[in-house]
Amino acid sequence: MDKLIADLKAQIIEQLNLQDTKPEDIGDDQPLFNEGLGLDSIDALELIVLLQQNYKIKLSNAEDGPKVFKSVKTMAEYITEHQPKIV
Amino acid sequence: MLNDIYITGNCVISDNVVCRNGQSLFEQKEIGLPDFLIAAYHYFDINYPKFYKMDVVSKLGLLAAEIILKDNFKIEQYKAEDVGIVLSNANSSLDTDIRYFDTVKEMASPALFVYTLPNIVIGEIAIKHKLKGENAFFITEKFDGTFLKQYVTNLFTNGVVQACICGWIEALGEQYKTVLLLIEKNKRDNAVVFTIENINKIYDN
Repeated sequence: MDKLIADLKAQIIEQLNLQDTKPEDIGDDQPLFNEGLGLDSIDALELIVLLQQNYKIKLSNAEDGPKVFKSVKTMAEYITEHQPKIV
Repeated sequence: MLNDIYITGNCVISDNVVCRNGQSLFEQKEIGLPDFLIAAYHYFDINYPKFYKMDVVSKLGLLAAEIILKDNFKIEQYKAEDVGIVLSNANSSLDTDIRYFDTVKEMASPALFVYTLPNIVIGEIAIKHKLKGENAFFITEKFDGTFLKQYVTNLFTNGVVQACICGWIEALGEQYKTVLLLIEKNKRDNAVVFTIENINKIYDN
């Protein structure tokens, strides 16, 4: 899980073009939106693209969004739970 | 009858040089446009992280607006609703449209999609400087100082604006030119009358 969280932080910075942010600036439990990292609705769409591109996970239910994208840790948990298993 | 209105500030960005009121403030040759814009952003210490996410047209507009408004514009003397923004260019949002089209082949980028309209730059400037006045973006084949003069003067004549940021923000690939003017009723130091001749002189310099 630690490796996945570290990877996610780097991918979020790259995907969302957060050039002034370093991975260590993002807390595992820090809220990604509003008072936390300050992401906006377009960033939310980019996070959905990130899940699809990097982890082959489609967020089929939009209502899951706020729960899944609450923090890097909740994203990592969702990925662990939903990533297609390689047989 | 409307008295003269004045160009109280201008910013020209072209050939990797940023000029305010005819004076070069920042220059960095030998680098491409994207790197030049980031270098200028750091040089002018803008500290607005959303800048990184913007397309080239919005970056040029935000940068030029920052420069003409900084140390020059007393926002508190105007109501937000009284400051307009009127911009124009030749290639609309084509620069971003092409980049967006490239992403569509794999996975469409929402962050690029939002910039596939030319008037988004107006929104970016308005949000940054909390301006809520009349705005418009026109596509013309080439810079048209006569049209700009007529349209903006009309806004002043009808009391729609008390101040206006207007000009030209063109970008396609590495070809670009930005000319922003700050237009106000009150004459200030170094202000020139808002005439077609003066508009064209600033554009051509």
